[in-house]
Amino acid sequence: MSVSLAANEGVAPSSSSVSDSPLAIRGMTVSYGQKPVVFSVDMTVAEGAMTAIIGPNGAGKSTLLKAALGIVSPLAGRATVFGKPLKAARHRIAYVPQRASVDWDFPTRVIDVVLMGLSRELGLLRRIRPYHMDKAYACLERVGMTEFAERQIGQLSGGQQQRVFLARALAQNADLYLLDEPFAGVDAATEKAIIDVLKALRSEGKTVVAVHHDLTTVPTYFDRVFLINTRKVAEGTVAEAFTPDTLHKTYGGRLATGQIDQLELAAG
Amino acid sequence: MSGAEFVPLSLTPMLIGVLSAIACALPGNFLLLRKQALIGDAISHVVLPGIVTAFLLTGVVAALPMMIGAAGAAVVAVVMIEAVRRLGNIEPGAAMGLTFTTLFAGGVLLLEQSDTSGVHLDVEHALYGNLESLIWLDATGWGSLLDASALLGLPPELGRVAIALIGVAVFLWLFWRPLVLSTFDENFARTMGAPTTVLGIALVLVSALAAVAAFDAVGSIIVIAMFICPPAAARLMTNRLEHQIAWSVAFATLSAVLGYVLAGYAPLWFGFEYAVSAAGMIATVSGLILAAAAFCGPCRLRSGASTVSF
Repeated sequence: MSVSLAANEGVAPSSSSVSDSPLAIRGMTVSYGQKPVVFSVDMTVAEGAMTAIIGPNGAGKSTLLKAALGIVSPLAGRATVFGKPLKAARHRIAYVPQRASVDWDFPTRVIDVVLMGLSRELGLLRRIRPYHMDKAYACLERVGMTEFAERQIGQLSGGQQQRVFLARALAQNADLYLLDEPFAGVDAATEKAIIDVLKALRSEGKTVVAVHHDLTTVPTYFDRVFLINTRKVAEGTVAEAFTPDTLHKTYGGRLATGQIDQLELAAG
Repeated sequence: MSGAEFVPLSLTPMLIGVLSAIACALPGNFLLLRKQALIGDAISHVVLPGIVTAFLLTGVVAALPMMIGAAGAAVVAVVMIEAVRRLGNIEPGAAMGLTFTTLFAGGVLLLEQSDTSGVHLDVEHALYGNLESLIWLDATGWGSLLDASALLGLPPELGRVAIALIGVAVFLWLFWRPLVLSTFDENFARTMGAPTTVLGIALVLVSALAAVAAFDAVGSIIVIAMFICPPAAARLMTNRLEHQIAWSVAFATLSAVLGYVLAGYAPLWFGFEYAVSAAGMIATVSGLILAAAAFCGPCRLRSGASTVSF
């Protein structure tokens, strides 16, 4: 397979918007075996907006994020964060992994997980001071989990665990928030709490990118969409890129026309 | 028991047993949480061919060549495990089992074919160690602990396990945060820029250090038991990692002391004439502690499936 690939379809953004974009991905190709999971994908995230990455199961949504973050090594491609290579901009990124990616029986408390978000500023041996604790508690407060601070993380419900992960990302105090399926398997109250926090982040000028599954909530939750099915299908505002045409291209026959009509109504 | 009898005959074996047990239990906590508990088992088996090879090359049983030989064998084992896992597409547990039995068996063959009659190196020694023979003949009582000339006569194994324990403890103290972070959530740790791969390898190397130092003194039975039993029992006692580490140290100490005493005296209480293997008894006690924790520990009920992997 050739890895020197021409740019994808879609409008090439102007060079200035690429150079300082919170996250600019170019020619990203990732493979876990013979078949590429992500193939030559370009993405330019708009600053101060909420972007949903959508596509069918196995379309490479999570993998694209992981490759951009250096968690998996791509075959080809690169990502820049606010115009800088990843290594020079890690402090500006907060990441919420999929909830199922960790062992929740791990012997640790909620507050300790939130404090992990302060790892960079704590370094190897710096003592945790009241100032750090206050910060961690403030983040728990934002997701409504203060009263669970001393609980072992395995004693929480799925939604509560997701909120703890979000609190840890808030503790990172970043400019770019990358979330991998933050609404997967959570209760309605948690979904509301999470979207409120994300919208508050946006109003502070932060950039939010989330892998998202529920198409019906896309128009109400997000400003922009990025449609992917191994290759990029479309990218733009919800009005531009979240259309029956692009959805058909992304999901193939997996979405019934009726479903897309309903989405149209929701968007309209 | 008087000091004149206890200090020369029982103090040093007990101390060596305790220090070895703690040195293995400490990294064992992390191996267990990373679902790599079998790595401790693998390491303690593969050090045998390494030590025998070092002996064959140098002709002496000395600490440094043995350490280097064992470390080399540990590296070979890690590479072999990865190779079997990737090339054979076999699950990690099976790859480890395959690697360590093969290398241990190779070590036994090597040992049998080489002339080690003049030195303290044989298959039994490799399994049980020689804890009972690590006595301090220069000691006359508690006062010898302050007597410089008597202290010089301490068995060299004591110094070796003490250094290994300090090495393990310093490593865990220094890299506590990134180790905990990468053990709990490796992906997140990577986004923070933590060198997760290097940390994982360093943990295995530190475990190998503990295994080699302990292996020399107490044999592989104790090493295997101490990597797994105290941490597994400790996990059932608490839901906080800091406390789990403390419990594992307490259980390791209890196993070593109680096991040593029971091996020496319990058979006599029951009218038998001879003491039993201290290594065997220490490992048995650690297993009994784990059993007790499994039945009575306060944190044995979890939300999901058991993470205690053997």
